[in-house]
Amino acid sequence: MAGHTTEDRDHITGTATTGHEWDGIKELNTPLPRWWVNIFYATILWSFGYWVVYPSWPLVSSHLTGVIAYSSRAEVAVELDALKAKRAAQAADLGKVELAAIKSDPKLLSLAMAQGKAAFGDNCAPCHGLGGAGSKGYPNLNDDDWLWGGSLGEIHTTLQNGIRSSNDDKTRISAMPAFGRDGILKKDEVRTVANFVRALSGQPVEAGYNAAAGAKLFADNCAACHGDKGLGNKELGSPNLADAITLYGSGIEDIVETVTNARAGVMPAWNARLDAVTIKSLAVYVHSLGGGK
Amino acid sequence: MSTTDSNDIPLYISAKKVYPQAVSGFYRRIKWIVLIATLSIYYFLPFVRWNRGPNLPDQAVLLDLANRRFYFFPIEIWPQEVYFFTGLLVIAAMVLFLMNAIAGRIWCGYLCPQTVWTDLFLAVERFTEGDRRDRIKLDERAFDIDKVARKTLKHFIWLMIAWWTGGAWVLYFADAPKLVRDLFFGTAPLTAYVWIGILTFTTYALAGIMREQVCNYMCPWPRIQAALTDEEAFNVTYRYDRGEPRTSLKGAAKLREAGEKAGDCIDCNQCVAVCPTGIDIRHGAQLECIQCSLCIDACDTVMTKIGRPTGLIAFDTDNNVKAREAGTPEKPFHPIRARTIIYFSLIAIVGGSMLFQLATRSTAGINLIHDRTPLFVTLADGSVRNAYTVRLFNKRPDIRPFALTVEGPLGAVVELVNVSATADWRPVVSVEPDATREVRVLITVPKSSLKDKSTPIAIRASDLFAGEVVIAKDHFFGPG
Repeated sequence: MAGHTTEDRDHITGTATTGHEWDGIKELNTPLPRWWVNIFYATILWSFGYWVVYPSWPLVSSHLTGVIAYSSRAEVAVELDALKAKRAAQAADLGKVELAAIKSDPKLLSLAMAQGKAAFGDNCAPCHGLGGAGSKGYPNLNDDDWLWGGSLGEIHTTLQNGIRSSNDDKTRISAMPAFGRDGILKKDEVRTVANFVRALSGQPVEAGYNAAAGAKLFADNCAACHGDKGLGNKELGSPNLADAITLYGSGIEDIVETVTNARAGVMPAWNARLDAVTIKSLAVYVHSLGGGK
Repeated sequence: MSTTDSNDIPLYISAKKVYPQAVSGFYRRIKWIVLIATLSIYYFLPFVRWNRGPNLPDQAVLLDLANRRFYFFPIEIWPQEVYFFTGLLVIAAMVLFLMNAIAGRIWCGYLCPQTVWTDLFLAVERFTEGDRRDRIKLDERAFDIDKVARKTLKHFIWLMIAWWTGGAWVLYFADAPKLVRDLFFGTAPLTAYVWIGILTFTTYALAGIMREQVCNYMCPWPRIQAALTDEEAFNVTYRYDRGEPRTSLKGAAKLREAGEKAGDCIDCNQCVAVCPTGIDIRHGAQLECIQCSLCIDACDTVMTKIGRPTGLIAFDTDNNVKAREAGTPEKPFHPIRARTIIYFSLIAIVGGSMLFQLATRSTAGINLIHDRTPLFVTLADGSVRNAYTVRLFNKRPDIRPFALTVEGPLGAVVELVNVSATADWRPVVSVEPDATREVRVLITVPKSSLKDKSTPIAIRASDLFAGEVVIAKDHFFGPG
């Protein structure tokens, strides 16, 4: 600017113009500092260096890998391996202790809870729901009603061997007869005993229901497994009929359906699919959902 | 009409090197005092100790990023209290506005780190290369041993200061004495070295090489300031009404003999020579002027020498200059006016509410999240249970047991999952010093006391030792 004697200046601002003019409108020259522009050029040069060092251009079936052959995927793989190694060490501790001792060690407990939660989401949630809330035919694991027992050890056994699992010799097994379908009880008898079952848990009965007949039918056919008072038997996995919880619904038609065709829920034996430490963690996690005994 | 071939126009300008001359005087002394005070705080604050008890760090000012804590003397800030920083930033902005309304850009001229470090680097430059005239000559001279030696020494000292600046920065993020030892023995984390490197570079580049370019091209404040200043603000002002027309001492004497007006400015250019941004204050208020007031010192020195009254360049308001020019009486300076009152009130409101919050904040806390799957569980006896995730905060340096009770429907019982401690039948959660703890809480309510699908409920956590109580409110859901 200084030294340019021929420069054109804008009268109002006193600033030099670039000499560009469009229909009488002139462009003021408010120049950038030279170092600023040089930095801009330097960044362009830098990008060429980037092409050489880092992966850059795509090719037909691959890409230029750059001299250091960087890959974010490989970076993740290394981190995952490190994580696995770290977890393996922790899991080893969990594998060594007795199941019952886990809850008294805060560190192992939090590890088991974290592992159990993750494994539950992967393996159990499809049937039991993410929070273990269950649905019709799939028990709610948050409540205190357990078909096969709700102690830590009993839950662990159920997890290991499953219920009516076809691929495990030690699976928990029992069968309810299909009283209606197999002709053991007539249709009206099924309805009568269904009303009796509803009465057991304090629910209203249908008009014309004969309580004495219901009691007799129950004693003859059901009490063997469900007990005289319908309190169930954990050895057989027979549910308590006198409490507020029913797995297959508590309406009269639900119970008629159950007595007619029987119910036989299946749970896989997990020891074929999951390692011992994961099953241990799952037992602790399920026991901690709220219903554990 | 354009007479210039556009190819001749330089579209980019080379930085014009500024050679500020040494000056002494009232404002220079203030600047030295501010420089020593602010740099001492910056370099030595990390080493100040503050005893917080056995479980907490004893560094007075510590940004503990790893543990998510900020310590400032007796104050400890948790991440969820980050609004204190928001408040501080609001106050900082308002203080900047207030300063500006009263005395223009004194932040830029005295307190801004860019100014302080540039001043320090300039002092080094003067020490190694001499004052303005010597430095100009040195730069014009071809390289010889003396020039190389002086330049090398200058850059070496600059780098040392820059390195120390970067080093002090990282000390705010870890235990300072230990980190100094680790840095020395090469065992400090890589992050520390990287940050020292970055800050060494930025300090060296910004304070040593770029200097006034940072203010002119990089900093947004000059632009904001231009919009904030008004005719009432005290600004460094050349009193052209007194200074013009400029003439030499002899010329002025002649003019006065002839009965004509002669200005006090003798055009000695001292104000330009001392200016760290290389401008001429006599052109009036400019974007580049950082109000360091060194031109006032320079001009006062000259005026004293030639026996004229000082204050040809002084802190003055636009109003006064105009008044004197028009021959009307000067208006008194109004530091208290609507603008400053509003700024001050805003500072007081934000600062006051922050102080109140700080003084009354609880050292315990509770968060409550209701479990969503399932929303509620019916138990075998017909009672209903809801599960909650409770997080308890212990902001004190010692372990604290909290007893949990529930306020809600009749017969509501609270129990904890995987925690067995109790006190007076109440479940107890112990929270480690300066930590949080999450527990799963089960609340069971008999069916008979539930009337609605949703009932208000509260969990109360009482510190068994100190008696502090925190309450979290939520709802209890049932089949309805």
